[in-house]
Amino acid sequence: MKEGYELIYKRPKTLLDKRMHYCPGCFHSTMHKLLMEVVEELDIQDRTVGICPVGCSVFAYDYMDVDMQEAAHGRAAAVATGIKRMLPDRIVFSYQGDGDLAAIGTAETLHACNRGENFTFIFINNGIYGMTGGQMAPTTLENQKTSTSPYGRNSATAGMPMKMAEIVATFEKVYYVERVSCNTPANTRKARKAIKKSFEYQMQSRGTSFIEVASNCPSGWKCTPIESLDWIKDQVLPYYPLGVLKDLGKEEVK
Amino acid sequence: MGEIRLMKGNEALGEAAIRAGLQGYFGYPITPQSEVIEYLAKEEPKYDYVLIQAESEVAAVNMMYGAGGAGGRIMTTTSSPGFSLMQEGVSYLVCTEIPCLFANIVRGGPGLGTIQASQGDYFQATKGGGHGDYNMIVLAPNSVQEMADHTFLGFELADKYRSPVLLLSDGSIGQMMEKVELPDPKPYKPNKPWATVGKPKNRERNILTSLYILSDDMEKKNIHLQAKFEKMEKNEVRFEEYRTEDAEIIITAFGLTSRISKKAVDVGRESGIKLGLFRPITLWPFPKKRIEELASKKEVKFFISVEMNAGQMKEDVMLNVYGKKPVYFFGRFGGIIPTPEEILSAIKSHL
Ligand SMILES: Cc1ncc(C[n+]2csc(CCOP(=O)(O)OP(=O)(O)O)c2C)c(N)n1
Repeated sequence: MKEGYELIYKRPKTLLDKRMHYCPGCFHSTMHKLLMEVVEELDIQDRTVGICPVGCSVFAYDYMDVDMQEAAHGRAAAVATGIKRMLPDRIVFSYQGDGDLAAIGTAETLHACNRGENFTFIFINNGIYGMTGGQMAPTTLENQKTSTSPYGRNSATAGMPMKMAEIVATFEKVYYVERVSCNTPANTRKARKAIKKSFEYQMQSRGTSFIEVASNCPSGWKCTPIESLDWIKDQVLPYYPLGVLKDLGKEEVK
Repeated sequence: MGEIRLMKGNEALGEAAIRAGLQGYFGYPITPQSEVIEYLAKEEPKYDYVLIQAESEVAAVNMMYGAGGAGGRIMTTTSSPGFSLMQEGVSYLVCTEIPCLFANIVRGGPGLGTIQASQGDYFQATKGGGHGDYNMIVLAPNSVQEMADHTFLGFELADKYRSPVLLLSDGSIGQMMEKVELPDPKPYKPNKPWATVGKPKNRERNILTSLYILSDDMEKKNIHLQAKFEKMEKNEVRFEEYRTEDAEIIITAFGLTSRISKKAVDVGRESGIKLGLFRPITLWPFPKKRIEELASKKEVKFFISVEMNAGQMKEDVMLNVYGKKPVYFFGRFGGIIPTPEEILSAIKSHL
C-alpha cells in the first residue's frame, strides 16, 4: 500500500480470487461478494455449507470458499433440508434462481418453508431463465418479452408473475422475509444487512429466512447493464417492492 | 446368536437399518412399503436419527443427497412409482459418489399398477433407470431374514464404494412375517473426508457436484466411475445354487420366485426331472461367469427363467449363456405369484 493511501474496498478472503463467468453487470457477482463478506465478518467459514442451483449460479462453488453442494434443478431446498437436519449447528444457505426456486422447485421451496427449516434462502429473481438463454420464468413481468414469450408475457395464458416473498411470508414458521436489490449502493448495503440478519437468526435457530433479490439479467433482457438498472427501477420494483415483508425477530423485540 | 423376532420384511429392514447406525431416513408413503417409515417413526424417540416424511419422492431423494453429502448414513425406501420419481436423484448421487441405501419394494406396473408384488422393475434397477452411464449394486433378498441382512450389507457396500446401493425386493417379502435373527447393532464410525460439513482453515473446500461442463472432464469422471463399477463386478457378485451339481434343467430366478422355484425343484426331482436352481443375489453385478460355466456343462439341457415380469432377467441369462443352450421363460404379471405346479408344467412343456 502506497503511503498516504487507505484501503477502503477489498475482496473478502472467503471469495476466491478468480475471474467470474457472469455477464458484465450481473447481480450474481455482487450477491456472491455480499454473501462471502458476511461469512467473513461473522467468522463462520468453517461452519458454512452452501447449495448452488441449476442456473447461471451453478458455478457459485467456483468462487465461494466454503463447502458446497450442487443440487439438481429446483431441489436446493430439499438438499438444504438434508444438510441442515444432519448438521443443525452449521450455517446453511441455498442460492437459487427464479426458474429453480419458483417453477421446477416450487414444491420443495414451499414445504421447506412450511416446516420452518432453519436455513437461509437467497432467491435471485431476475425475471428470466438466464442460463438457458432467456426464456420466460414464473416471475417474468406482464408483457415482458423473452425468447418463449416473444410478444410479451400474456397473463391470460401464463398467469401473473409470482410473488414468492409474499407467498412464503404467509407460512407461520417462516421467520424473516425481505426483498432487496443491488440496483443502487444504498440498496446493496441493505442486501448485505439482510443476509447478515438471516444468518444471525439461523444461529439462534429461529426458522426459515427468505431473501429475495430483485435482480437483473442484462444479457437475457437484451440491454446494457445501465439500462437494466433503469428497468429494475421503472418496471420491476413497482411490482416487486423492496422491504421487509416479515421479521418475527423485530416483533419479538417490540 | 442375534435377537430373534417375528417381523414383517419391511419392519426387519427398518430395524436392521437402525442397527447398522442409520442417521437419516427420508421417505414418502406408498404401499406396499409404508411400514418402513411407520416403524422408524415409532422407534424414533429411542434413537437420534433424522426422520423426515418428505413432500414427495423427488424431495426425499434430494434430502438424501444433502444429508448424504453432509456425511450421514442414510436411506430411503419406496415402491415402483416412487422409485421412478427418484431416478434423477439416483443419477446425481452416483455421479457425486454419495453413499446411501435405496429399497424398492416393487409392486406391479406399468402406471399406477397394483399394490401386489411384482418383479417388473428389474430393468430399471439393473440397467440404470436414470440418465447417464451408471450402475448400482442391486441386492435381491428372498426372505425376511435377508431383508435385514441385505440392509446391513447394503450400507457397508455403499460406504466401501462411495456409491448408492439398491435393495430390490417386492411387496410379498415386504409384507410377509417370518422369523428373523437380527444382526447385532454395530457402532457406525464414518470416515468421509469429502463430506460438506464446513471447511476448516487447513483444508480445501469440499464440493459435491455432478457438473463437468468440459467434455474432457466429463470423460475423465466417467472413466473413474467405470473403473469403480469394474471393481464391483470383480468383487461383489453373489449368488446361490440349489441342487445344480447334476441338474439337467436350470431354473434361474431371483427374490420371491427363487423361493417358489426351490419348491418346484424338489417336487420335480421327486418325479425324476433333474432340476436345479440358480439364484442371483446381486442382480447387478450379475453372476455372468457362473451362468456361462453352467451353460457349458454337458448335462445341462436348457435354462428356464422364472420371474414375476415379462422376462427381464431372462435377457441377462441369455447374454451369458452365449447361445450354448436354449433359455426359456415362465412368468406371471401384475401381482400374480406363480405356483410351483405352474412352473413345473411350464418346464414339462419343453421336455
Ligand atoms: C431437470 C432439468 N430441467 C431443465 C434444465 C435446464 N435448465 C438449466 S438452467 C435452467 C433455468 C435457470 O433459470 P433460473 O433458475 O431463473 O436461474 P438463472 O440462470 O436465471 O440464474 C433450466 C431450465 C435442467 N438442467 N434440469
